[in-house]
Amino acid sequence: MRKVYFDHAATTPIHPKVVEAMLPYLQEQFGNPLSLHSFGEDPREAVEEARTKVADLVGARSDEIYFTASGSEANNMAVKGIALMNRQKGQHMVVSAIEHQSVLNATQTLEKLGFEVTQVPVDQHGLVDPDDVVAAIRDDTTLVSVMHANNEIGTIEPVAEIARAVKEKRKGITFHTDAVATVGILPVDVQELGLDLLSLAGSQFYGPKGAGALFIRKGTRLMPLIDGGIQERGRRAGTENVPAIVGLGVAAELAEESLAERAERLVLLRDRLMGRLTSEMDRVYLTGHPTMRLPGHVSVCVEFIEGESMLLMLNMQGIAASSGSTCTSRALKASHVLTAIGVETALAQGSLVFTLGESSTIGDVDYVAEVLPPIVERLRQMSPLYEGN
Amino acid sequence: MPTYSEKVMDHFMNPRNVGEIPNADGVGTVGNPVCGDMMAFYIKVDDEQRLADVKFKTFGCGAAIAVSSMVSEMAKGMTLEEAKKLNNRDVANELDGLPPNKMHCSNLGADALHKAIEDYESRGLGPREPVKIKDRIEPAEGEEHCVCPYCESSVEETDPTCRVCGAELDLCSECGEPLPQEAEECPECGAKIEVAEGT
Repeated sequence: MRKVYFDHAATTPIHPKVVEAMLPYLQEQFGNPLSLHSFGEDPREAVEEARTKVADLVGARSDEIYFTASGSEANNMAVKGIALMNRQKGQHMVVSAIEHQSVLNATQTLEKLGFEVTQVPVDQHGLVDPDDVVAAIRDDTTLVSVMHANNEIGTIEPVAEIARAVKEKRKGITFHTDAVATVGILPVDVQELGLDLLSLAGSQFYGPKGAGALFIRKGTRLMPLIDGGIQERGRRAGTENVPAIVGLGVAAELAEESLAERAERLVLLRDRLMGRLTSEMDRVYLTGHPTMRLPGHVSVCVEFIEGESMLLMLNMQGIAASSGSTCTSRALKASHVLTAIGVETALAQGSLVFTLGESSTIGDVDYVAEVLPPIVERLRQMSPLYEGN
Repeated sequence: MPTYSEKVMDHFMNPRNVGEIPNADGVGTVGNPVCGDMMAFYIKVDDEQRLADVKFKTFGCGAAIAVSSMVSEMAKGMTLEEAKKLNNRDVANELDGLPPNKMHCSNLGADALHKAIEDYESRGLGPREPVKIKDRIEPAEGEEHCVCPYCESSVEETDPTCRVCGAELDLCSECGEPLPQEAEECPECGAKIEVAEGT
């Protein structure tokens, strides 16, 4: 049976060159980078080399890159770290309503500690209006966090514009962007975007799981989440995950080399799939922005039926996809992103997300476009809500 | 996606008795698309008060479809009294179990069947009007069910532990909502938590 992996937003496969580069650090080069003896030497250099490669990918200095175990950790480090460090100055944060759970839930934890959070709404395409962000800023605001692109609906936010507007309003506010969905997929430059903090994760661009990073602009102070040794210049203690960090570095290097071609090809595949799904079936609606969206990202809501049942049937035909429906989340709650863009809860149940990647082909796209309509028809025939027959 | 038993997958991929009965003797619906699951059951009752035919239409996840199919299969041929005794747990057992977080929301098939029987019994011998399913959709209950504060899965009010994440739960003495262990006041109703002596 044909296998189609259209769930790159969950995680990407690991590039063979990444695996190859990691192997020595799982075997003979096992040393602790902090060790002064010879065993620590090569791992120490490898970590610093990886730091430079990650820094190059996002236009940062290498001493502004701090390795973490995931994008979620980087987001927590940014949000909690800034809030706690600046507690004397103010206890208010501004975030968008469609941030990843690792940002939203971090702000919820801070709320329990007495902080206040304003969530800025988005329009029907999921776009954040810079004016709304500025309007939410108060005298005691210390952090603004708006993601670069949303993983559920693919919409790319005008982050540069938002960062500029925030800094014009008040220079002292720290601006963070969760760029887990874009780094390694689209060109991302911390200078051009005007960022103080940026989160990224290797598992999103053909690197290993367990490796993320936070860019912290020189001069930005934050409270560490993990206290201990002097790793990551004291900002994130714990013996470095050397193999994963090395893998992240190589993934960053590979991404930088081929980013433009990758993205261009994915846009063509994306638009083909988007076009076929919405034109060849009735009552199938695109979610997210039609053009300002991630290169390989197609998200739709299929009316009258539910996402999990579609995913199960797609899976039986070798297709791996995702959904934001209530039933597919362990939490049994509709996606906060679909709710924020105003999709009715009943329609949100029919959410389907296809995320394409490097290995995706036009044949895969056409296969999905052929396989899905009969599944939709079959489930609609079973649905008490469907009267189209 | 949850791991379903082979029986669940069989009933999901090859559901029995899908459809409507145009001049049904009783129609029952439960759930709401807003909650993610909705089932409509149609029954035909013969002279001996047996379920001569049972059909369903379901909006929902794999579990919801499999449950509906299983209920229809089990109920067909039962007397009304037998069918009234059929409960959701029997249906889940017959399917070789359901994932814990599907027990609460997707396992409503027996309820829908019971509503169809109620509908039949309340109609008496009067004329059979065709039923519009859309008019039967009940309003969503909203957030009334209990939710585990750790993993946000639905929990039974009487459960001391969350069946999904295993966290130990207390219940608020005022409103009955589950509480995080470290809570000093109930996040739902704001009542102060009284700490029992010796804990």
